[in-house]
Amino acid sequence: MAKVPVQFTLNGSEKAEFVESGTTLLAALRDKIGDTSPKGGCHQGTCGACSVIIDGELRLSCLTLAETCGGADIKTTAGLAEGGVLHPLQRAFLDAFATQCGFCTPGMIMAAKVLLDRTPNPSREDVVEALSGNICRCTGYEPIIQAVLLAARANSQNAA
Amino acid sequence: MSLALRTFSSMKDANAALQVSGTRYLGGGTLVVRAANEGDVAVSSLVRVDDPGLSQIAVSGGKVRLGASVTMAAVARHPELAALAPAARAVGGPAIRNMATVGGNLFAPAPYGDFAVALLALDATVVTEGGEMPIETFLAGRDTSRVIVTAVGFSLPRAESFRFLKVSRVKPKGVSVLSIAALLELAPDGTVTSARIALGCMADRPIRAKAAEKALLGCKLTQQEIAPALAAAGEGIAPITDPVASAWYRAEVLPVHLGRLLLN
Repeated sequence: MAKVPVQFTLNGSEKAEFVESGTTLLAALRDKIGDTSPKGGCHQGTCGACSVIIDGELRLSCLTLAETCGGADIKTTAGLAEGGVLHPLQRAFLDAFATQCGFCTPGMIMAAKVLLDRTPNPSREDVVEALSGNICRCTGYEPIIQAVLLAARANSQNAA
Repeated sequence: MSLALRTFSSMKDANAALQVSGTRYLGGGTLVVRAANEGDVAVSSLVRVDDPGLSQIAVSGGKVRLGASVTMAAVARHPELAALAPAARAVGGPAIRNMATVGGNLFAPAPYGDFAVALLALDATVVTEGGEMPIETFLAGRDTSRVIVTAVGFSLPRAESFRFLKVSRVKPKGVSVLSIAALLELAPDGTVTSARIALGCMADRPIRAKAAEKALLGCKLTQQEIAPALAAAGEGIAPITDPVASAWYRAEVLPVHLGRLLLN
């Protein structure tokens, strides 16, 4: 199978790789580029663990072919912390005990980031809706919902 | 597993490439990449068309044309398509809605394809390079269809005449137990003058509840007057059985939910 070149921006830095045609973005990120923050859960579009942000929109990297992402701006949870300081969402997930095994966490945080980027002060219903495509088998969801609301409050206090 | 993806700028070339055995069209990826990930060896190569026109939404003079690559998220947030937003939001979670397309939903097997249920109630027209056809004809032949859908067209319903309901066990996002879309025209006194009702999960693809449609004509939307329509709702159905619900259960609850949709 011929390899195809793919070039995109990942968390602000340029990436160029040769991938086999038909390679998913999830596989390219994890196995080629070494960003293991998106997780391969179901590979069916059901669990949301592989969620990444492509050109500002939440997408599932397991159902996206890498070669369709040429020129795209891709963000993953691995790119959130700046200078060793956790992103407010990451901080809130720790403070609210919103992560247990941690497998769903990067996807949850991506889904929450898209929400907070557009809706800085979300209602609880907004949070539930935003996370509705992400499955967690540990926490029972409540601590995750609280963490997103906590991050929103922290953001608005910092902005004030 | 390896897939070869070929990208075309012309629909004609893509249609020609699609004739090769094992080739599927790649829209949002939520059906074909899912199938490939699951080990469906019948999918060996993919084609797609990178024409921005496929993602356009045109609303004018009460007519709507949705390009086949328009996503559920784009329909849900479009200010002039508010009547369709509940059906678009019924599909998947936020990430799926950013990917899943109008064209792909026409091919989604039950329990998926909730948006196609809405399109069936609206008597949409399915557009391909070869011409246009009624959605009912398209759905009947979709398993053997080898032509790429480029758009769907329909008359924009008035918000009060179009109703949509999806029943799922998990809220807010869950797989359909069933979905129902209804386009109803009422006379000033509340009598039903025309009815078009489409059902999801009541066969392997969206179907119409023709007996119920007929029974509704001339009725007012009261518990008593819709009773014959509810009794007829199950005529001709062959519901699917999956981990969410059995065929028996789906058939049992259909009249209940149709009643709620009509009386709401």
